[in-house]
Amino acid sequence: MKHNDKRPVFLSLAKIHLPVTAVLSLAHRGTGLALFFLLPVAIYLLDLSLQSQQGFSQVRQLMFQPVGLSIMIIIAWFFAHHFFAGIRYLLIDVDIGVDAKASRHSAWLVIASGIVAVLLVALMLR
Amino acid sequence: MAGLRAWLLQRLSAMYMGIYLLFFIFYLLIDTPRNYTEWRGMIATPWVALSMMLFFVSLLIHAWVGIRDVIIDYVHNPALRLFKLSMTGLALMVCGLWVLDILLAVMK
Repeated sequence: MKHNDKRPVFLSLAKIHLPVTAVLSLAHRGTGLALFFLLPVAIYLLDLSLQSQQGFSQVRQLMFQPVGLSIMIIIAWFFAHHFFAGIRYLLIDVDIGVDAKASRHSAWLVIASGIVAVLLVALMLR
Repeated sequence: MAGLRAWLLQRLSAMYMGIYLLFFIFYLLIDTPRNYTEWRGMIATPWVALSMMLFFVSLLIHAWVGIRDVIIDYVHNPALRLFKLSMTGLALMVCGLWVLDILLAVMK
């Protein structure tokens, strides 16, 4: 094989494009990891809310002041994304949407569904 | 836990959690607990507490398989990998016992 020294090397971050399916895979890992680290916080809030009347009010206050609400909405987005991407992987497991075109479409659908779901949550908690 | 069994458990737990959460959110929407007494009463209902405990058991299994995959992919030093895997397992077990303790206290 002839070696061509002038072949382009695409290591520039501005030029490298990950396909949307790869971004989704990374996001599935990232959101999963984030949710894992948030688990003790969620259990703590559950514990506090069930311990006493004051605990319940504290959790409610924490959750519905602007900062708490914003954090909740971001977590809801992580979750929604992980949820929809997970359904996509379950479907791919049973051979639905495996080919390149379908998997790209479903990846965009997952991203859109995550955004729609989080908007619904934001509207309901408002 | 490894290989096909881990793969299958990750998916079964995902399905249980997905279905559980849809029901739980629906239930919260149609019969929203307005105060502490109603909230506690709701969680103390045996089938609510039981399905929630099952949810957390699924979550621990699911998280274990997921985090284990991530650690195996990115942590190559054997000692460090073992340490991180042990810490993850320990943390998940503590979380599970914590939830069990919360739910048993509510049901008392």
